[in-house]
Amino acid sequence: MDNKQTYEVIERRARRRTTVRNVIVYLFLGLWALMVLFPFYWMVLTSFKDYGSYNAEYIPKFYTLSPTLQNYADAFTTVDLAQYFLNTLIFTVITTALMLVVIIPAAFAFARLNFRGKNLLFTLFLALMMIPNELVIITNYTTVTNLDLRNTFAGLILPSVASVFYLYLLKENFAQIPDELYYAAKVDGTSDLRYLWKVMMPICRPTIVTVTILKVIECWNSYVWPRLVTDDPAYYLVSNGIQEIRENGFGRENIPAMMAAVVVISVPLVVLFLLFRKKIMAGVARGGTKG
Amino acid sequence: MEKNNAKAWLYLLPAILFLGVFMVYPLIDVFIYSFEEGYNSASQTYFGIGTYNYSYVLHDPYFLQAVKNTFILVVITVPLSTGLALLISVGLSSIKKLRNLFQTVYFLPYVTNTLAVGLVFMVLFKKTAYTDGLANLILSIFNAGPIDFIDGPYWAKMFVLCFYTVWVVMPFKILILTSALASVNQDYYNAARVDGTSRFRMFYKITLPMISPMLFYLVITGFIGAFKAYSDAVALFGTNLNAAEMNTIVGYVYDMLYGDSGGYPSYASAAAILLFAIVLTITTINLLVSRKHVHY
Repeated sequence: MDNKQTYEVIERRARRRTTVRNVIVYLFLGLWALMVLFPFYWMVLTSFKDYGSYNAEYIPKFYTLSPTLQNYADAFTTVDLAQYFLNTLIFTVITTALMLVVIIPAAFAFARLNFRGKNLLFTLFLALMMIPNELVIITNYTTVTNLDLRNTFAGLILPSVASVFYLYLLKENFAQIPDELYYAAKVDGTSDLRYLWKVMMPICRPTIVTVTILKVIECWNSYVWPRLVTDDPAYYLVSNGIQEIRENGFGRENIPAMMAAVVVISVPLVVLFLLFRKKIMAGVARGGTKG
Repeated sequence: MEKNNAKAWLYLLPAILFLGVFMVYPLIDVFIYSFEEGYNSASQTYFGIGTYNYSYVLHDPYFLQAVKNTFILVVITVPLSTGLALLISVGLSSIKKLRNLFQTVYFLPYVTNTLAVGLVFMVLFKKTAYTDGLANLILSIFNAGPIDFIDGPYWAKMFVLCFYTVWVVMPFKILILTSALASVNQDYYNAARVDGTSRFRMFYKITLPMISPMLFYLVITGFIGAFKAYSDAVALFGTNLNAAEMNTIVGYVYDMLYGDSGGYPSYASAAAILLFAIVLTITTINLLVSRKHVHY
């Protein structure tokens, strides 16, 4: 009888301790979630606030009773947001496509073919991974300027194409495909290119998709290089565009319109993320570097 | 396997061309630039070879300010973000309900444009004629402020920069640490539990050693990333970072290259190489320290 009671007391105490711990953990996690989400909430909220009422709020309000879409209209008419958007889209699509065209054959050569100097060349490629962008950007800027490629898509895209890290990821993946498949294809008289296209790429599709998504995110958010080589607003990407809006657009104080522009710029990547959540997170865990 | 030299080189040609023109050549060139004195980008001439560019950069008050800012940023944000990410990841791995939701939310900053969201932070912290801003509203609850975090005193601006930097780098760190925690073999915990080990002791004696390689990887990439901070600062304080006293080393390099104070690729090169030297030194020190403390 006595024993049973002490057992119950112990059990109850343990359960209470677990509950308290859980409450603390959830509170803490919820707090950080709030920290992450709040800026997003604030930007969406502000983008729906009327210009006049926003400026009348000496103490910012956490809600709005008269949402307006005027700011979105302003964002597209007062500044060339649509143009920046289109530029970024062109830049992202061409850069990513070119990168795939460049790195897939190279990864294939490293993973599958045998040639003199392979190990040396691969080591050199790996060494390039350690080179920070800041070191090479100076000469690239001069090169692009000398070739008269400033304010062109070629100037924006060409230096952004090469990506040793993604080449490395892809090569590792290609190398995992058993040799027997290659020999079987050879016996059947399949050419290397056809083998790459019909066998290797379908097998490695997950990695190719991951690399593509990571590159798209990288392109969409790139700021430094576009800022250096473009000073004509007709070639601005969204990052420069937002900076331009901040410094010159909307007469500086039109915060709601600015926030509308920010929402428009942020939405595509957030949608992409929600659609490919698992792939993106797995990809970043393997190959992300931001941080 | 047969050798097919010509074909292999053909497959590699595009990659070699791109990397050669936009990475290898610039890498060599940047060292040459940094030693060419009095380089004129218009006529592409220079006076002579020497270390003047380095001594100019090292005596430039803007560069020293940038170095100071960058070091403060690194020293504050790297331990803070890594520690916070560790706490959050441990919390995440101890719950089941809502875990996926939290993970998704925490990852959001990774996919957003640094410049765009930086603008939101600016709005939250900025004090204007119309409003003190939300940050000051919170401060006023504690009877403090108002402080202008964007155009005000140095430490207020540094605080916002650190805050935003931590906010931006957290997703990556949480992601890496949660997957590291998930890969720890549960048998160790079960064995420890049988022995009646306390939770704290389990964390200290099992979890930390098991995830130390990943933790260390995060510290290294964190250092490298923080030393290259630039767009966060631009997002908060605008492109004229020197005037805001908030320039970073990378910002200094770009300012030397382009913009109002630009047109000096030699100084930019010297500053970039100095940055590279700093990062290399810190990474080497990190690697040496890790040999003693990281358990593989």
